Amino acid sequence: MATQTAATRRSTPSFRPPVAATAAVLVGALGLLGVLWQAFEAGFGNEGNVPVFILVTLNGLTLAGLYFISASGLTLIFGLLRVTNLAHGALFLLGGYVALTLVQDSGMSWAVAALVAMVATGGVGLVMHQLFLRWNQGQDLRQALITIAVSLILADQMLAYFGATPTAIVPPEFLAQPLPLGVYDLSYPTFRIAILVAAIVVGLLFWLVYQRTRVGMVVRAGVDDTQMTSALGVNVQLVFAGAFFVGSALAGLGGVFAGTSLSLAPGVDQSFLVSALVVVIVGGMGSLGGAALGALLLGLVDQYSSAYLPAEYANLSALLTFVLLAVILAVRPTGLFGKAS
Amino acid sequence: MTPPATPAPTSTRPHALARAWTLGTRATLALVLVVVALVPVLFSTFFTSQVGLTSLWLGIAAVSLTFLSGHGGMVSLAQTALFGIAGLTVAKLSAEAGWDPWAAALAGILAATAVGLLFGAVASGSQGIYFLIITLAFAQVTYFYFAAVPTFGAHEGINGIRPPDLIGDPVQHPARMYYFLLAVSLLVFLGLRYVSRTAFGLALQGVRDDPVRMAALGYSVRLHRTLGFTLAAPVAGAAGVLSAWSNTRMSAGSISLGVAILVLTAAVIGGLNRLEGAWVGALLYTLCDTYLRGWTDRFTTWLGVVFLVIVLVSPGGVVGVLGSVGAWIRRRLPGETPAPMVPEASALPLPVSSKGAV
Repeated sequence: MATQTAATRRSTPSFRPPVAATAAVLVGALGLLGVLWQAFEAGFGNEGNVPVFILVTLNGLTLAGLYFISASGLTLIFGLLRVTNLAHGALFLLGGYVALTLVQDSGMSWAVAALVAMVATGGVGLVMHQLFLRWNQGQDLRQALITIAVSLILADQMLAYFGATPTAIVPPEFLAQPLPLGVYDLSYPTFRIAILVAAIVVGLLFWLVYQRTRVGMVVRAGVDDTQMTSALGVNVQLVFAGAFFVGSALAGLGGVFAGTSLSLAPGVDQSFLVSALVVVIVGGMGSLGGAALGALLLGLVDQYSSAYLPAEYANLSALLTFVLLAVILAVRPTGLFGKAS
Repeated sequence: MTPPATPAPTSTRPHALARAWTLGTRATLALVLVVVALVPVLFSTFFTSQVGLTSLWLGIAAVSLTFLSGHGGMVSLAQTALFGIAGLTVAKLSAEAGWDPWAAALAGILAATAVGLLFGAVASGSQGIYFLIITLAFAQVTYFYFAAVPTFGAHEGINGIRPPDLIGDPVQHPARMYYFLLAVSLLVFLGLRYVSRTAFGLALQGVRDDPVRMAALGYSVRLHRTLGFTLAAPVAGAAGVLSAWSNTRMSAGSISLGVAILVLTAAVIGGLNRLEGAWVGALLYTLCDTYLRGWTDRFTTWLGVVFLVIVLVSPGGVVGVLGSVGAWIRRRLPGETPAPMVPEASALPLPVSSKGAV
């Protein structure tokens, strides 16, 4: 019987050449070569394309930093709770708006406003988790639907309170001046560099807490086996609540950074949610290193493709990031560093 | 051998109240169906075109998701992408290239099916949340493609799409369009119901419940999921064509992420377990969309609240709620024999489901 032979074939381990993976890597390498060729073909002089290349690369890196900050929260929540928090984008925008209101109307300093925004979004996330998600633990699709509903409500309420006009947060004064880079007379917005630094700090902190502290140990154990961790006397619900608070707060922090370097408007929540999802999925849900790599890939692909694609295809650059996602998922269904659940 | 004792006729005969209840529910259902059939006669042109047409094509779009989710366990956000591929192909071919509307519709649905096969083949390896996200990526790819490519009108879209002469002008005289949509809805409903009862449909439900066991039994899990997805694609495509005909226009905005979530909302509100829930959800959504917007500025908030309550309270949606209310009343009617005691699932021997162990 045909079905039987198919089953037997599947059960016998056999070497399958990774055709799709090789092709994907080749296409990626070709794309990078194309970018580098365009950047350096005219030499390294002031007349060449190197200055533009440096700026585009910095844009890609800072965008990657922005993606990483919000995606690290998403991946923490997913890794530990198996909740795909589709309200992450709404929390992101909420963080931005809270900071905007505090800086603009209350005259609070940027850093304090950012901290308050983090606590506020963390609180909203925590409430959402305790009220709606906690008793649906394990039903991942239902939880995804719940977070979609929450994000609909949050987004509409934000539209009501903050309006539809795109607005940006004023950056702190010491970061407001452009930073001279020292090459080719280039300067770059200091605040965007600060985003990159903040992303690295967030990543390092995460890594240190994960690897070096007891809390991190509990979280790692929870990621691997929640029931066993609970049986060993750890209050897993408390850890879950903490993870949801921190993850949501990171979404808010990302929103504050995005609101300062870009702008805040309705719809930003969806586009950043989708970006964060792409980052997290490309890297493998629950993997911090994967999120970093995914953010780098997405940020650079996004910026390089909009700068270096031939003009008639330039408006397809947004498409490319999703092609990247679809290709990676087709080759590795759980992302680059994802573990099979 | 003694002949088996025939039970006394009185014991199987339901009580008069129970019979009245059964008759009453059937009569209500029949009345609803008659009203649905007579919408163009009973209601204004505005209602027919605004609520009738919209809820029917939205229902067809939603039922492709309900089928995938209910029978295949695949909650897809890519249905609007297939919807848009068919709709924009029809728009391009009939409004700009001068094709016959029927031929354009066929081409559009075929295009949607082909893309559905491709999407399904790629996505069938992922499950649950990963499936949701990969289909979200497909939806975004399609949206950005149509928003960027001037051939399909980019953000402006394509206007002046004419339905076939048989249907006539859907804006001034929506009655024919309404009956056409009703007929297609019925066909889609019966077709999907038929498919779910075939060997393939049952195997698909087996794959939904326990992929590992089905694989062990010799079924190809990926093939079934791919085919299931491909089967839902022409349904979503047909909805796209019908939407293009009803609105006489189509643009990239018709398939944005917001619309994908809207279709999901309609399907969830109606109920993901029953095919007819798709149309119920679409009708409820369209009614709210048409009449509630005048009442409140915060329509989306209320929509979100309803969505949230439905997901929290009744995973079976409105149809599920109606079903359980009906069952609850039936149980309390005098003379009704109580349902036989069935042991709870947890009381069975340890379930050896390998769910999630893929």
